[in-house]
Amino acid sequence: MSKISVVPYGPQHPVLPEPVHLDLVLQDEKIVSAIPSIGFIHRGLEKLVEKRDYKEMVFVAERICGICSFGHGMGYCEAVENVMKVEVPDRAKYLRTIFQEMSRLHSHTLWLGLAADAFGYESLFMQTWRIREKILDMLEMATGGRVIFSIVDVGGLRKDVPDEMLAEFAKRLKDLREDYNRITAAFLEDDAVKSRLCGVGVLTIEQANDLGCCGPFLRASGVRRDSRMTDYEAYAKLDFEPVVSHDGDSYARCVVRIKEIYQSIDLIEQAIAQIPAGDVCTPVKGMPDGEYLARVEQPRGEALYYVKGNGTKNLERFRVRTPTFANIPGLVEVLKGQDFADVGTLILTIDPCISCTER
Amino acid sequence: MSIGVFTKEVIYNLFHKPATEKYPFVTREYGERTRGHIENDMNACVLCGMCMMRCPSHAIKVDRNAYTWSINPFSCVQCSYCVEGCPKKCLSMKNTYTTPDTAKNTVTLKYSDERIRAEEEKKKEMIAKAMAAKKAAAEKAAAAAKTAAETPKAAAGTAGTTEKG
Ligand code: SF4
Ligand code: SF4
Repeated sequence: MSKISVVPYGPQHPVLPEPVHLDLVLQDEKIVSAIPSIGFIHRGLEKLVEKRDYKEMVFVAERICGICSFGHGMGYCEAVENVMKVEVPDRAKYLRTIFQEMSRLHSHTLWLGLAADAFGYESLFMQTWRIREKILDMLEMATGGRVIFSIVDVGGLRKDVPDEMLAEFAKRLKDLREDYNRITAAFLEDDAVKSRLCGVGVLTIEQANDLGCCGPFLRASGVRRDSRMTDYEAYAKLDFEPVVSHDGDSYARCVVRIKEIYQSIDLIEQAIAQIPAGDVCTPVKGMPDGEYLARVEQPRGEALYYVKGNGTKNLERFRVRTPTFANIPGLVEVLKGQDFADVGTLILTIDPCISCTER
Repeated sequence: MSIGVFTKEVIYNLFHKPATEKYPFVTREYGERTRGHIENDMNACVLCGMCMMRCPSHAIKVDRNAYTWSINPFSCVQCSYCVEGCPKKCLSMKNTYTTPDTAKNTVTLKYSDERIRAEEEKKKEMIAKAMAAKKAAAEKAAAAAKTAAETPKAAAGTAGTTEKG
C-alpha cells in the first residue's frame, strides 16, 4: 500500500479558466478523494439589491457571469415580471429566446475551445474560438455588447431587433453550421481526442440524480431533464427535445454539448421563422411586492432566481442558484479513482463557472 | 482508427484569408449599436441630474452650483440607462471605445461662460420673484389677520358650538 499524499490544485492553475481550489487526496497517481473550496472571487452582488433599485439590478444581475450574462438578466427579469404581473410581448419573448440560444452557442463553443486547450490540442482551440468570434460579432451587431448585452429589461427588451437583421442572422447561421461541421468532426472522431475523453470520469444515472446535477453534465448521464421543457419565453412554441446521452463519460458530455450547439442553431432558425411583429416592451408601473422563483436553462444547466419584493423600489431579497454550484458535488464524485493527469479535463467537463457560483 | 480528421481544417486555412486583421493598418469598423462610450452635448443639457440618479455604477456627477457635468469613463459600464432617461436627449452612446488613459481620470464638462452668465441672471430673477411673492404673501396674511380680529364674535360663536357638540 503506497503512501497517501494531498496535492493542492488551483486556484491559480493553467488549465483552470477560473479560480476554484481542490485538495486532491492521491494514492500513487490515482485520486482517492477531492475536497473543493470556493470563495476566491465573491463579490456580494446579491447584497446590492439593498442599494440599487429593481430596474438597476438588471445590470447587476447581468454581471453575475461573463458568459451566460444574458440568461442571468433574463431570469431576474422573469422573476420580477411575475411578481409584478407584467405580461411580456410575444416579440420580446422570441427575441429573448434567440439571444439565450445565441449565448448557449457561444458558451458551448467557448467550452469546446477550453476543452481542446485542456487536453493540449492548441490548434483546435484556436479554430474553435474563431467560430465564437463570429457569434460575438452577431451579438454586437444586435445588442451593442459582445458578452454583456444590456438589452433585457423588466417588461421585455430595451431595443427591438429589425427583421432585416434577423434575416442576416439566419444567413450567417447557415455558414456557421459549415464551420461547426469541420470543427466538431475533430472532437468526435479524432483518436487523440477520444483517448483523452472516452471512458474517463463516468457518472452513472443514479449518481447524477442523487447529487442533483444539472445541465449537459446531467443529460450526458442519461437523465432527460432540461428546464427549457417548462416552456418559459417562446420555448413552448418551438420544436424542442432535450439532448441526452447514456454513457456518462467525458466524451458523452462533449457529444451532448456539440449536439446542443446544432440544436441551438435550429431553435434560433425556428424562432426567426416564427417571430411575430409588435412591441418589445410593456411599460411597468408600481413596485414589486411578493415573491417568485424563476427557472432558466443556462448553457451550464439550470439556474434559479429567487426574488422577494416588499413594495419599495429596492427588493428585499435576491438569490441566485447557479448551475456550477449544483455540479460541484458531481465533479467530486467523478474525480474519485481517476488519474491525476485527467483532473484538468475532468474539471472542465462540468463547464465550471466559478464567478457565477460565488456571485 | 481515424487519423487526419483535422486535415480538412488545415487545408481550409491554407486557402482562406486570416481571421485576424493587420491592426494598425486596418482598423475595425464598429456597428452602429456598439456601446462604446458616453458623450454629452453640454449645449442642450439642463443639469437636471436624472442621469446621475439612474447610473447604476455612480459614474456621473452633476453639480448645479458649479454648472458642471462629469463622468468617470472608467466606472461607466456602458449600460445606456442614462441615455434612456435623459429628458433633453443630450446624452448619446458613441460606438468607439473609451480613450485609454494613464489614470482613471474624470471628464468634466462645463457650461459656456455666456450660458453661466445667463443662468446666473435667471437665478437672480427667480430669487427676486420669490422674494416678491413671499412679501406679497406676508402682506396678505397680515390683512387676513386684521379682518379676523375685526370679526371676533363670529369666531367665538363657532367655537361655542363645537364645544357643545
Ligand atoms: S439627464 Fe440629460 S439633461 Fe439631465 S443632467 Fe443628465 S445629461 Fe443633463
Ligand atoms: S452608460 Fe450606464 S454606467 Fe455609463 S454613465 Fe450611463 S448609466 Fe452610468
